[in-house]
Amino acid sequence: MLQFIIRRLLHSILVLLAISVIIFFSIRLTGDPVTVMFAAGEPSPEAIESVRENLGLDEPLPVQYLVFLKNLATFDLGESFRTGLPVTEMVVDKMGATLLLAFGGVFVAMLIAFPVGILSAVKRGTAVDFFGRIFSLIGISFPNFWLGIMLILIFSVNLQWLPASGYDGIEYLILPSIALGMILSGILARLVRSSMLENLSQQYVSTARSKGLKEWVVIMRHTFRNALIPTITFLGIQFGSLLGGTVIIEQVFSWPGVGRMIIDAINQRDYPVIQGGVIMLAMIMVLVNLLVDISYSLIDPRIKAGGGSS
Amino acid sequence: MEPAVYEQEEQVQQTKPKKKFRPGLFLLKNASGMFGLLLVIVSVSCALFAPWIAPMDPTEAQLTSRLAPPSISGADTEHLLGADQIGRDLFSRIIYGARISLMVGFFGVLLAMVVGTILGLISGYVGKWMDDLIMRLADIQLAFPFILFAIIIMSVLGTGIWKIVIILGLTYWVGFARLIRGQVMSLKELEYIQAAKAVGGSHLRIIGKHIFPNVVSSILVLGTLFIAEFILLEASLTFLGLGVDPTIPSWGGMLSDSRNYISSAWWTATFPGIAIMITVLGFNLFGDWLRDKFDPNLDV
Repeated sequence: MLQFIIRRLLHSILVLLAISVIIFFSIRLTGDPVTVMFAAGEPSPEAIESVRENLGLDEPLPVQYLVFLKNLATFDLGESFRTGLPVTEMVVDKMGATLLLAFGGVFVAMLIAFPVGILSAVKRGTAVDFFGRIFSLIGISFPNFWLGIMLILIFSVNLQWLPASGYDGIEYLILPSIALGMILSGILARLVRSSMLENLSQQYVSTARSKGLKEWVVIMRHTFRNALIPTITFLGIQFGSLLGGTVIIEQVFSWPGVGRMIIDAINQRDYPVIQGGVIMLAMIMVLVNLLVDISYSLIDPRIKAGGGSS
Repeated sequence: MEPAVYEQEEQVQQTKPKKKFRPGLFLLKNASGMFGLLLVIVSVSCALFAPWIAPMDPTEAQLTSRLAPPSISGADTEHLLGADQIGRDLFSRIIYGARISLMVGFFGVLLAMVVGTILGLISGYVGKWMDDLIMRLADIQLAFPFILFAIIIMSVLGTGIWKIVIILGLTYWVGFARLIRGQVMSLKELEYIQAAKAVGGSHLRIIGKHIFPNVVSSILVLGTLFIAEFILLEASLTFLGLGVDPTIPSWGGMLSDSRNYISSAWWTATFPGIAIMITVLGFNLFGDWLRDKFDPNLDV
């Protein structure tokens, strides 16, 4: 068990290292960030030189990378070119809102996908199943930001039921969560369905039925509980792409999160903020994946046996 | 001679009737797939024949029709689906927008397919450290959501269709590589491959003649489904201002423009999204049907 955790931990660190390399070097593809900083005026060569020295940009690239890595290890993400504020503080400030939105999305996805998936499996081959399948396909067939715009159009502009932008209370969370969770619900519903079908054919289900239990007890208490295990793992894995999705949804709903901060920073060419924001999002994703893997192997020892050999 | 021929004919008749092609029945049984194919054909036709279908120049701004409402909703304008904030015809822009989406979808998938197939074949066939290396690379790519990667790269490189194609291709090869690796690993243990090796067939010949033909159907199914996903990703990036150049008519760009006019001009936000949905749903329905038909065990 311990060996498994250590190996997964090392793997996560390797992934994070690779991500830091990608981010660091791709940002520096543009050339010198200092020329970007001074893009507005015409600085003297001395001014440029002193800024370069201050930011450590006069060192060779590999040295700069190591410094970047050292700072990263102590959660020092540098300072914003624009405001001079420490990036770590800025990210921590906004991360709460982003995580809240992501959890809202997961919640909506489960709320829709569980009933649809269970019904499709129980009523397999009927019209219910067919519509469940069509629902899943439609669910993954439009961009989430467009759904966001349509929700604003209907519920904010026309009906004026819910606010369209910003964050100032729980009612602000509803529309963005639906926009974010909808695609996931399409995929999740299919997974719940196949996982339910797999479990419904197991012997313990026949046993439960032959004991004379009510059908809905067999389905909810026995089958669904077991079908839940792969579902939770899947949600853990999908959490990453959900965090990626928040970047766009935050833009639509003017949500005060990390994603919006990153996009604003791109428009202002504020590189420390871009790289800091992306790295922190990536770190959270890797961490979630790690936790899911470990807890999964704790819940179901069969996984470790399978995953350990490959 | 004659009786023999007669007998043969009878045999043919005995086995054939079941397989006789009935177009009506086929369509009914495969309704969702055929509907998907129809949607795909519609959008591909729009892209190919855009200059003939579009009633107006998609880039020409007419100040008199700024935010003109759509004539299909009963308004008295010459714009079928209305006009945008500088008076460009929405319908024409949507028709031309199909070109961008399908181009990115098609060429992006082509690149991902080529890279992924080659790496998957190497990984599965050669195995050992090559396999370790490629699969480690795949793990890293999977751990990092595409949109973040694309945001970083596109913010550095600037907008452009071919840049998106290259980024999509170089991130999504993993799906193809994993699929092919798995199939090759099970295929290469089969007797006929072993036999081909035993009679001295070269590796290239074995891969090309015996392994590749067996994985083609999976590659095509996955490719169809990926086109759908790529179209969505391109629209998202363009919406963020990190995709296609804003001067080119594209669906994501149109939705990005529409954001400031949601309350006053619902049509600018609604119709480009419906265009995306029709196209993507088409590829998804068709791909789903292809998978059921040719590769029911494919897990994507």
